[in-house]
Amino acid sequence: MNQPSERRKVGLFVTCLVDLFRPGVGFAAVRLLEAAGCEVHVPVNQTCCGQPAYNSGDTRTTRAIAEQVIEAFADMPYVVAPSGSCAGMLKKHYPLLFEDSPEWKARAEEFGGRVSELVSFLTDVCNVSGVKAGFDGAVAYHDSCSGLRELGIREQPRKLLNSVDGLEIRELSDREACCGFGGTFCVKYPEISGAIVDRKADDILATGADTLLAGDLGCLLNMAGKLQRKGGTVRVRHVAEVLAGMTDTPAIGEPEAR
Amino acid sequence: MEMRSPTFKANAHKALHDPNLQQALGHVRAGFIDKRQKAVDALPEFEALRDNARDIKNHTLAHLDLYLDAYEEKVIESGGKVHWASTAEDARRIVLDICRSVDARTVTKGKTMIAEEIALNDFLEDQGIEPVETDLGEYIVQLRREPPSHIIAPAVHVTKDQVEADFRRTHTDLPPDRDLSEAQSLLTEARGVLRQRFQEADVGITGANFLIAETGTSVIVTNEGNGDLTQILPKVHIVLASIEKVTPTLEDVSQILRLLARSATGQDSSNYTTFSTGPRREGDPDGPDQYHVVLLDNGRTSMLGTHYQEMLRCIRCGACMNHCPVYQEVGGHSYGWVYPGPMGAVLTPALTGVDKAGHLPNASSFCGRCEQVCPMRIPLPSMMRHWREDEFERHLSPPTFRWGLGLWGWFARRPRLYQFATKFAMRVLGNLGSRRGRFRKLPLAGGWTSERDLPAPQGATFQEMWAERK
Amino acid sequence: MSQRDTVRSAIRRALHAGEGDATRDAAVAERLGQRPRGIVPKRGDLPPAERVALFRTMAERADATVEQIGKTDDVPEAVARYLRDRNLPASLRMGADARLASLDWSGSPIDVAHGPSDGNDTAALSHATTGIAEIGAVVLTSGPDNPTTLNFLPDAHVVVIDAGDIVGDYETAWDRIRVATGDRTMPRTVNIIVGPSRSGDIQQTILLGAHGPRNVHILIVGEADGG
Repeated sequence: MNQPSERRKVGLFVTCLVDLFRPGVGFAAVRLLEAAGCEVHVPVNQTCCGQPAYNSGDTRTTRAIAEQVIEAFADMPYVVAPSGSCAGMLKKHYPLLFEDSPEWKARAEEFGGRVSELVSFLTDVCNVSGVKAGFDGAVAYHDSCSGLRELGIREQPRKLLNSVDGLEIRELSDREACCGFGGTFCVKYPEISGAIVDRKADDILATGADTLLAGDLGCLLNMAGKLQRKGGTVRVRHVAEVLAGMTDTPAIGEPEAR
Repeated sequence: MEMRSPTFKANAHKALHDPNLQQALGHVRAGFIDKRQKAVDALPEFEALRDNARDIKNHTLAHLDLYLDAYEEKVIESGGKVHWASTAEDARRIVLDICRSVDARTVTKGKTMIAEEIALNDFLEDQGIEPVETDLGEYIVQLRREPPSHIIAPAVHVTKDQVEADFRRTHTDLPPDRDLSEAQSLLTEARGVLRQRFQEADVGITGANFLIAETGTSVIVTNEGNGDLTQILPKVHIVLASIEKVTPTLEDVSQILRLLARSATGQDSSNYTTFSTGPRREGDPDGPDQYHVVLLDNGRTSMLGTHYQEMLRCIRCGACMNHCPVYQEVGGHSYGWVYPGPMGAVLTPALTGVDKAGHLPNASSFCGRCEQVCPMRIPLPSMMRHWREDEFERHLSPPTFRWGLGLWGWFARRPRLYQFATKFAMRVLGNLGSRRGRFRKLPLAGGWTSERDLPAPQGATFQEMWAERK
Repeated sequence: MSQRDTVRSAIRRALHAGEGDATRDAAVAERLGQRPRGIVPKRGDLPPAERVALFRTMAERADATVEQIGKTDDVPEAVARYLRDRNLPASLRMGADARLASLDWSGSPIDVAHGPSDGNDTAALSHATTGIAEIGAVVLTSGPDNPTTLNFLPDAHVVVIDAGDIVGDYETAWDRIRVATGDRTMPRTVNIIVGPSRSGDIQQTILLGAHGPRNVHILIVGEADGG
């Protein structure tokens, strides 16, 4: 049982998209984790979880990256990522990379046991049942595929969003539908990906929500890009930004306030 | 059947701009998903059945040769004949020889994907034998001279108006002023036309959902009853089945039957589940005089003992494609061969080569919905990923892509360098994009910006800001 | 080397299995001998009266019509009424099933013929071997008693089933059929039939009366006893 004075030591796996495109999500994650009583560290030897190489069939590069990640987080009792797909990669797929090396396979399995996606970590491990933030608006929430299917994340974000003062969730008509990002898929097969995200955008617009949230930046960049190409006014953010009360920055794809 | 998987992207482009197809696909999206869910929710044992079905098939595959031997013995005992075929060509020849032996002129066909796989219809026509598809969906695509676009709903890409046009064009001895505005009238017309063909046929060819080793029985599952009329009216019944259809016992088949219709159409059971064992018996007033089973390999043995063995558990229910975001947009013909959707993405490279069919396992977002609904728990995305690994090892992916990935990978394994380089790159990109907040166009990002805007990065990296914080 | 040898040896090579492997042989012999049942849904596991009620509900859900009659002797009258209500000709064809052979059609307007169907029959009468409540299916077995063509060619198919022959699940149905035909033997055809023929191939609209009967009418005879 966790004593109040004892803080969970958490290694934040930033994810490449948060690191490069929207560091604000990383800071929102830090704020949420610290509010939940965690001591947040950010190991410097991290770049990416390796999915681009993995999903392109380059297992050698993927293994090298995996070894780097496992080493970098070796002394972190908890590893938390603000992304279902990165957390899923670390947790479920890393062990599969080391079928030929029992030593690394064991390390990967042990490492995977310490990995969580951010929102489910807050609810399931830190027992957070609500946040103090406020957010006036109707929100559509997109369940990213990896988080949903690999990690079973479905109720946890909704639980925390429902605790946000002023926030109303408007569910999409198909809560299990992919947004069409799929990493390299969206640039290798742009037309098909475009059709899939167009359908998703229509579903979002049909809810009448003014804000779209999700737990994965890849999905969010994809959906924001399509919504903006279609000329909509839906504002897109990572769910951590709303939960942490850090929504005074421009939403995804929005210009700096002048 | 012409193999058009290499032009998957062009096929998909055409499909995305085909209004009839898009309208038809809307019905797929609306129908299959909810019906399946309702049926699954109503059976508490569904998940346990999935586990058991997977285990039954795994056990069977591990003893495939022995179960095939047992099956063959029972078929012969019941008066049937078993023919083994290594390749598509072997299977075609066997079917032709049987047809010739009875001077067959017309052959009725129940729905069989194996016949598509071995391109049987064109072959029979070339040999002067007329094949008549009797499954309504197969009949419709036969009239349109198209391949099926879905493994259980072959004409799913065709609208009602198109069916009317096809019937009017083909059934020229019926009164031209007849009213075909109702779908029911189209069905009645097909029933009448095909009833005659059923009765004239010299040979009936069906597939088999299962081949039961315990009793030497072939099983077909239909809603229309066409498979039954195909196999009991003509003098000769030929069962075309690939070797992995063999299943040990009646109990094992019953386990899987409980998953099949629910996963396919949301029915608790199909209308007709028919178990056939051998030709007509002494005293039988009806049934075929001859019963032949053609057991086809055509690449299955090359999947056994490999990463792709689990694909052999497939029971051809179609749930994967019904739930696939890619299939829902581009339909079955885009995949370019017999098997579309996620199961086609895994099976087509196995049977025709990943050099020809490489697009199929690549055109996936790995959303995982297919695996989630597969009754046999086949790990479809991970097998698609294995195909991508095979391609990468064989240098089959486009060179620019490989080069770009290599460059990225080089940096990703060197965090300091990576962070140094990305700090600058993101600052530049952030500045460029700060006025509008996004890019409509960006050099090297055409794949992205052709379809959507690219949101601008915030301009600094997290690692950079975190380091400054300390 | 024959095709048979080619395929079989390819399988064994892929599985790294040898011929005459006693463990593998035993595993197969065991499964074929023991026939483990697996997961049997609780749905059909009901006392007789409830089982018959479930059978009826499931059959009607699949667009069959169902009537319960007191005894087999009531069949001719029930059939006449059914055909009249449906505006179908008063004629039917049936096989040589002993349970139907004793029926008295003399007072009936129906013209009864026997044997397999030639495709010109508007109605047929069969007696089911058993019925499966979990899916609302009648199970018909081939032979002179109940020619298989009667199940598919006529427009209307009337199936008589004794209430006591309705079982809960597939597995119990197989037990019964095995008793009748012998271990590891099957009749030439076993048809498990749920309702009238249908197709969804025209724009995903479900329509009845594809190639098989447009109408299926089930007559359940008697009460299910405590068996």
